[in-house]
Amino acid sequence: MISINININGQDHQLDVEEDMPLLWAIRDIVGLTGTKFGCGMALCGACTVHLDGFPVRSCQTMVGDVGEQKITTIEGLDSKVAQTVQTVWAEMDVPQCGYCQSGQIMSAVALLTETPKPSDDDIDAAMSGNLCRCATYHRIRGAIHESARRLEA
Amino acid sequence: MLHNMNLLRILTQDVRPTRRGFLIGAAAAAGGLAIGFRPVGAAAQSTDGAASPFDVYLTIAPDDKVTVISSQFDMGQGSYHGIATLVIEELGARFDQVDVVGGWGPTEHYGNMAMGGAMQLTGGSTSMASSWDRYRIAGATARQMIIAAAADEWGVDESTITIADGVVSDGAGNKATLGALAQKAATVPVPDAATPKEPGEWSLIGNGDVRRYDSAPKTNGTQQFTIDVQLPDMLTAVMIHPPKFGARAKSFEGAAAKALPGVVDVVETPRGIAVVGEHMWAAIKGREAVTVEWDETDAETRGSDQIMAEYRQLAGETPAAIARQEADSAAAMANAERVIEARYEFPYLAHAAMEPLNAVARFNADGTLEVWGGHQMPGLNQMIVAQVAGTTPDKVKLHVMKTGGGFGRRAVADADVFVDAVATAKALGGNRPVKLQWTRDNDMKGGRYRPAYVHAMKAGLDADGKIVAWEHHIVGQSIMKGTPMEGMLQNGVDPTSVEGAANLPYAFPAQTVGLTTSDVGVPVLWWRSVGSTHTAFAVETFLDELAEAVGADPLDFRLALLEDHPRHAGVLRLAAEKAGWGTPPPEGRVRGIALAESFATYVAQVVEASVEDGNVRVHKVTCAVDCGVPINPDTIRAQMEGGVGFGLGAILAEELTLTDGVVNQENYDTYTPLRIEQMPQVDVHIVQSSERPTGVGEPGVPPIGPAVANAIYAATGKRVRVLPIAKGLGA
Repeated sequence: MISINININGQDHQLDVEEDMPLLWAIRDIVGLTGTKFGCGMALCGACTVHLDGFPVRSCQTMVGDVGEQKITTIEGLDSKVAQTVQTVWAEMDVPQCGYCQSGQIMSAVALLTETPKPSDDDIDAAMSGNLCRCATYHRIRGAIHESARRLEA
Repeated sequence: MLHNMNLLRILTQDVRPTRRGFLIGAAAAAGGLAIGFRPVGAAAQSTDGAASPFDVYLTIAPDDKVTVISSQFDMGQGSYHGIATLVIEELGARFDQVDVVGGWGPTEHYGNMAMGGAMQLTGGSTSMASSWDRYRIAGATARQMIIAAAADEWGVDESTITIADGVVSDGAGNKATLGALAQKAATVPVPDAATPKEPGEWSLIGNGDVRRYDSAPKTNGTQQFTIDVQLPDMLTAVMIHPPKFGARAKSFEGAAAKALPGVVDVVETPRGIAVVGEHMWAAIKGREAVTVEWDETDAETRGSDQIMAEYRQLAGETPAAIARQEADSAAAMANAERVIEARYEFPYLAHAAMEPLNAVARFNADGTLEVWGGHQMPGLNQMIVAQVAGTTPDKVKLHVMKTGGGFGRRAVADADVFVDAVATAKALGGNRPVKLQWTRDNDMKGGRYRPAYVHAMKAGLDADGKIVAWEHHIVGQSIMKGTPMEGMLQNGVDPTSVEGAANLPYAFPAQTVGLTTSDVGVPVLWWRSVGSTHTAFAVETFLDELAEAVGADPLDFRLALLEDHPRHAGVLRLAAEKAGWGTPPPEGRVRGIALAESFATYVAQVVEASVEDGNVRVHKVTCAVDCGVPINPDTIRAQMEGGVGFGLGAILAEELTLTDGVVNQENYDTYTPLRIEQMPQVDVHIVQSSERPTGVGEPGVPPIGPAVANAIYAATGKRVRVLPIAKGLGA
């Protein structure tokens, strides 16, 4: 057991945990933020995607001891203009079906649009390929990313 | 109970409610109005205010909140939204004042009306068919009582009163919210027969601009799933299941695990070994330190290759049972000018929903047991966990959670994950609540797959190119045999093995559909669209092969066989027209078409695909669907899109295999659902219909596989006869 300081959504948390605990379980079970989801535990599905200093990572394969000073953002902590636009468009276009993977989808989409304001279809494929959706809402995810880009440009 | 369940109705196209006699009652509830069920002979009114919240279909609270209690489970397909739409349409409420919760309880209240009403069950794409009368009448009853209360309050005639956007008004200046009138409405007589609105009065049903009431919480992390349940003092457990189906734990060693930080206990359940931790990571780490010795005496030890080899052998023999016999197909075949044959092979498939199976169990000091989870068959789960807990079903309280997908996996006759959870909580002395969370490998290797099948097809053509004989032999496991639903088998035929093959609309003068049910110890289950996942592929690709043999266009060939089936022909024509069938496809692309009716919904799809270096790329799917009255057009579109993606992923690359009885796939690296770069554009066209509504959760799946395979033939001259395509094209 070690004592670790991490910053999630702008708040410092001191955790007494095993150093090899994946960030996912620290966020969910220790801090108690449940918007970040568990799907595979092997960075294969993207349901656990969070941002480290704005960069999307799979929290199930990020050890809590490796986070250091990097600022963690989860779905609950999104507040940028890009994020708000994406979340609004996501709901307006009824992207989610079961909704379980959508936190991860949105984290990946926000990172993409922040880095690449006008993504091509290939950009979207590259950025979103790691996020599985078993309901196959991909058709609407693609549309919602393009629509978000349009609104952010306007 | 289960033997009386009329599941057959979903297989025989009859989805009309057979128990029209449900009675609507009302009661005062927490200062508002509750619309519920009234037992025969009981007083129309209950004024004691003590009505159970589970005795009702909807409540209107003084604070204007409308709560709909849904008989149907929501795993993402939108059943809550559909039922809310029916209630709101009748009531005149707004979506933003509505919430939907999962109901459970007596089958008189919540039995599936499309399946005879004897069981509460979500399945067979029946949620709207089951709810169409029940929830519209419930909403209409509330509307009439609110209007009666308003008329009395204002001293005006009821005919002057309307309700819109949650506001009751009489056009002469009197206005009130639903909530403000709810308490008074609870005291007016319950109408004997509330009448739902006429189609001309609808503003929501059929309105494509309506959006799901529950999208926003799914975009900000606030939607609660079973995995998100947090209770004081709760523990988390993961499972070690037997490596082979049918094996049992002989002994286990948990001491090393228990020495690890955060590991609380290692206990045996009827289904395996549970490793319990203060949190998920402790349980996962603990599991690595547990050793188990297995008794494999009764285990299934065959591999999938061996199973398929046996099926191939059986497919060449006479079917063990006959599912459909029209005229003498053998004689007609013998007289045919030409006979064409084909074999098809289908692998086991996993549901692999994004939220791995889970349940939360808590024993309370008052002797009750609470179970949170994806209760797709609540009454059955309640009964089974009561047995596990050593109590009676009336002591078991359920919390029906929205779930991260299902696709059939959560309607399990032995309540597997619920048994794991309750048995674990019980083994710990019932002192602390337990969240039993399967890991992905628990889920993937946990059985209940779409069965593997081999199909043998044979058709006889006459000199004019007409089909004179059709023989179809299906070999594989039964989903219902050996379960409480075994009573559904008729003459040795499990209807879920042959649906989509034994009920074809095509005009074949002589046909035999046979079934040979295999005996294999790999647990199998319904998988989104069930029998039609394989039957539609075999039928619709074989039809294309016959069309080619006689030089006919695949569309014309089908239409000629569908003269007496306007709804089948209708979707086929609509999809073909919208896709530009008969015009040249874009350069480098080919088209394929397929039709499938499943669960009384008719779907045709035309795909545009290309094949480059053996890589199949589906660019566009044009989908036509006839599901009766389209209640929520956007939900219908979403389910067709999702059905296309789900079915496409399966036929392209999904396959679950076993070696010596052990499942080879553990995660999404080797079991590979569709990803975004493989998803085609999907254009959905909905037939305007006044027929009773049917379902859309499953029927988008069956046509996509054969439509793609037919396109692949057009591109490559190769018939896909072994799935998945990634494997079959090389075979």
